[in-house]
Amino acid sequence: MSEMGYFSIIISTIFVNNILLAKFLGQCPFLGTSKKMETAVGMAMAVIFVLVLAGSITWVIYHLFLVPFDLVYLRTIAFILVIASLVQFVELFLKKSIPALYAGLGIFLPLITTNCAVLGACVINIDEELGFMKSLVSSFGFAVGFGVALILFAGVRERITLARVPKPLQDTSIGLVTAGIIALAFFSFKGMV
Amino acid sequence: MLTALLFMLGLGATCGLMLSVASKVFYVYEDPRIAEVESFMAAANCAGCGYTGCSAAAVAVVAGEAPPSVCVVADAEAAANIAAVMGVDPGTAEPLLSYNTCTGGDRAADKYYYMGINSCQALATLYGGKHECPVGCLGLGDCVRACVFDALKIGPHGYPVVDEMKCVGCGACEKVCPKDIMEIKTMSQKLLHLNQYDDRIAPCQQTCPAEIDIPRYICQIKNGDYEGAVNTIRERNPLMLSCGRVCPHPCEDKCRRGIEDEAVSINQLKRFVADYEMNSGRHLPVSVAPSTGKKVAVIGGGPAGLSCAFFLRRLGHDVTIFDAMPKLGGMIRYGIPEYRLPKEVLAWETDGILNIGIEHKPNVMLGRDFDIGSLVASGYDAVFLGIGAWKDYTLGVEGENLGGCYTGIIFLTNFALWQQEDGARDRQPFVGNKCVVIGGGNTAIDCVRTLIRLGAEEVSIVYRRTRKEMPANEVEIVAAEHEGVKFTFLAAPTRVIGDEEGNVTGLEYLKMELGEPDASGRRRPVPIEGSETIMEIDMLITAIGQGPDVFFKDESKRLDKDLNLTRWDTIDCEDPVALQSSIPYIFTGGDSATGADLVVSAIGAGRRAARSIHLYITGEEITPPDKTLFTNNIPVSIFDSVEGIEKSARTKMPELPVEDRIKSFVEADLVISEEEALYESDRCLQCCLTCYNKDVA
Ligand SMILES: Cc1cc2nc3c(=O)[nH]c(=O)nc-3n(C[C@H](O)[C@H](O)[C@H](O)COP(=O)(O)OP(=O)(O)OC[C@H]3O[C@@H](n4cnc5c(N)ncnc54)[C@H](O)[C@@H]3O)c2cc1C
Ligand code: SF4
Ligand code: SF4
Ligand code: SF4
Repeated sequence: MSEMGYFSIIISTIFVNNILLAKFLGQCPFLGTSKKMETAVGMAMAVIFVLVLAGSITWVIYHLFLVPFDLVYLRTIAFILVIASLVQFVELFLKKSIPALYAGLGIFLPLITTNCAVLGACVINIDEELGFMKSLVSSFGFAVGFGVALILFAGVRERITLARVPKPLQDTSIGLVTAGIIALAFFSFKGMV
Repeated sequence: MLTALLFMLGLGATCGLMLSVASKVFYVYEDPRIAEVESFMAAANCAGCGYTGCSAAAVAVVAGEAPPSVCVVADAEAAANIAAVMGVDPGTAEPLLSYNTCTGGDRAADKYYYMGINSCQALATLYGGKHECPVGCLGLGDCVRACVFDALKIGPHGYPVVDEMKCVGCGACEKVCPKDIMEIKTMSQKLLHLNQYDDRIAPCQQTCPAEIDIPRYICQIKNGDYEGAVNTIRERNPLMLSCGRVCPHPCEDKCRRGIEDEAVSINQLKRFVADYEMNSGRHLPVSVAPSTGKKVAVIGGGPAGLSCAFFLRRLGHDVTIFDAMPKLGGMIRYGIPEYRLPKEVLAWETDGILNIGIEHKPNVMLGRDFDIGSLVASGYDAVFLGIGAWKDYTLGVEGENLGGCYTGIIFLTNFALWQQEDGARDRQPFVGNKCVVIGGGNTAIDCVRTLIRLGAEEVSIVYRRTRKEMPANEVEIVAAEHEGVKFTFLAAPTRVIGDEEGNVTGLEYLKMELGEPDASGRRRPVPIEGSETIMEIDMLITAIGQGPDVFFKDESKRLDKDLNLTRWDTIDCEDPVALQSSIPYIFTGGDSATGADLVVSAIGAGRRAARSIHLYITGEEITPPDKTLFTNNIPVSIFDSVEGIEKSARTKMPELPVEDRIKSFVEADLVISEEEALYESDRCLQCCLTCYNKDVA
């Protein structure tokens, strides 16, 4: 991925390597916040916001501290700590400075504190050995991919309430089946970039 | 290893430091109660309450926008804790309760297309949930699934039933129901509701002037829940013992069963449960909202005044009833005779009303002992004027004031006082041998039936029109016929004849015949020239109608002068639902607003006035909503024919045999037995707006 252009990175992260449907990270909010379109959109926005920030900060930490001091094996725990603090910080900041945005994203921020999609995207950026700008773009792409998948899924789930679902399959079960089918659909993007 | 340790320590310290600085720099003052409230919530961030997460809900609670019970996941104990943080005592705040407004239930299959969908939301989205009934319950139980307190279940009849002990009033069911059937209301809100065009109500309930939820109480009787039935009736009518005895039940005229069969005997069922409560010897507890500290004066303790006082008290106001007579009840005490409504029964009923915390000042008359100005001066926030219609109309013919001539109300009231008051024992009423009562209303019939019991030899009624037009209750006319009263129809009195001593000896009248129908379609009686006839009598009672006695207006030097009256001396109020007079803080209702009418109409008016007074003194808009039904019927609910009704006999009213009852004043009509009540309640079709229970049909 490091040799790709920005455009390819975006296509790759949104569609081909969709964090939810190809990497299967962040399944918990995927199922949890997809029952209503409204919540899905809120969650998607919050993830875009946090992931771009987290992507850049973790890149800096990794390349400025972990690599020079030969501490690469501390990557996971360091990233978790940084991301969690970052989200808390953003929450405090928004509450004071941009209350309107806080009111919209408020409840989703704490949910992202420990979201594996965010951590996963940061780790992938590092693994793919992207430069700072590219990792920024890639983070953004992953987040948009998350949003696209979540919103699509929420749309489908809203429709499913209108359908005739056998009792044992109702709710989460049919959600998982649907997720699988959507993932299969995304599979067709494989090999595009 | 050391570097790793140092690095982690450094990173942790930096993060911690940054956060603590940030929390200082970006500090926003937050009411400490928010955190405390939030700590009692379930921390599930489920947004089930409608707010974006627990902290948003906590903010809303502290801001007073959400009730302490907002959290749909936390239990009742948590709600109590939150209430404690907020300093509201969960015991005094009026609880919100969910209740279901549609009893369509298992008839839903007749009303909607079911295609294997199992959510109300889905059905409503796909088909508008509509087939026959635009507003009914779909019965698929979205509300049941939404309730995390397990307070709802789909009952045996296919509609949601609320367990009031478990419901915390969180409103989850109301939000989820696509047909707006579940409503979360406090008792006060329920008491204030007036029937509306978009309500799901049976024809009988639409027609009842007091708007009682008839199918609900009949269903409760059917299930053996007599106390529940009493409570249901008491949400609309505090005088069910009296109504159960004297009401001419206009509701039964619109009963859906009555279209194909005999109507359900609604009123006897009411009397049955009312008597059940009385015979149990205990007044069932009545819920009263927390006190508002507002004072209302109710002038007149008749049905209208009692009903207004009762509902105002239940809404939390302090009420005092001022009445000119020694005891409460108005016309139903001093007009309606003992054999129809035993005064012991009435006293038990009015005691129950006073028991909820209403003050009664007897023997004080507006215009003689006080005026409205003095009430305002003593701090009353509003006044209800329910002085009834106590002034008899007169014939306007010669000789009306001869000895042995009385007017209906005076005769009945004097007799009632003589019977009831120790102080009046020496004023035994005069009773003639050949008595004539002029008039065709309840007053006239009560006079003749009283005279028969007092031993008059010959009693007859003289009425201008025919029997069909008599406004008296049908059962009363029949009873009078059985008891031997003679009727002279189509006769207009022209002169009362007396002897030298000034005592009445005869009544001259003109015979009438029915002429051309007038604008209202009734054939007016017209006199036949030269048909004067003289009837020999020694006692005459004129009972041709009454109007309010508004002498207080002339007596008063103050405010009362601005009170507008109509040309019938009734108190003028522009809107018969709002019942506000020309003086904004004076409200009226019952006979004093409409002229002589029915007990149940006065009770309905009392509640409507209570609603207006409540809104007035709490500073809200009084004007009733445009869609207020007010004695009209909802067209879709009135059928021409009803399918599949199998005829079943209506329960007969048990009564004393004629020979026993004409000798005494003991109650003539008796209560039906429990088996009969169960049988009769089973005849009810449990109608809703358009559907009904075909199984019992
Ligand atoms: C003989 C008779 C038989 C009836 N039979 C039936 C029947 O079978 N079924 C039926 O539904 N209806 C019947 N009615 C009608 C029914 O009784 C009345 O419609 C009903 O009582 C009206 O209630 P109200 O509260 O408006 O007035 P009322 O019952 O007349 O009460 C008015 C109250 O105001 C008090 N009052 C009056 N003036 C003053 C004043 N200046 N100061 C203080 N207090 C005052 C009176 O003492 C009385 O307590 C009958 C009426 C009569 C007269
Ligand atoms: S009340 Fe509403 S949500 Fe409940 S079963 Fe009926 S239609 Fe469905
Ligand atoms: S019945 Fe309705 S209001 Fe009552 S607890 Fe259940 S969901 Fe809440
Ligand atoms: S059948 Fe029952 S619910 Fe229907 S109109 Fe008659 S009394 Fe009312």
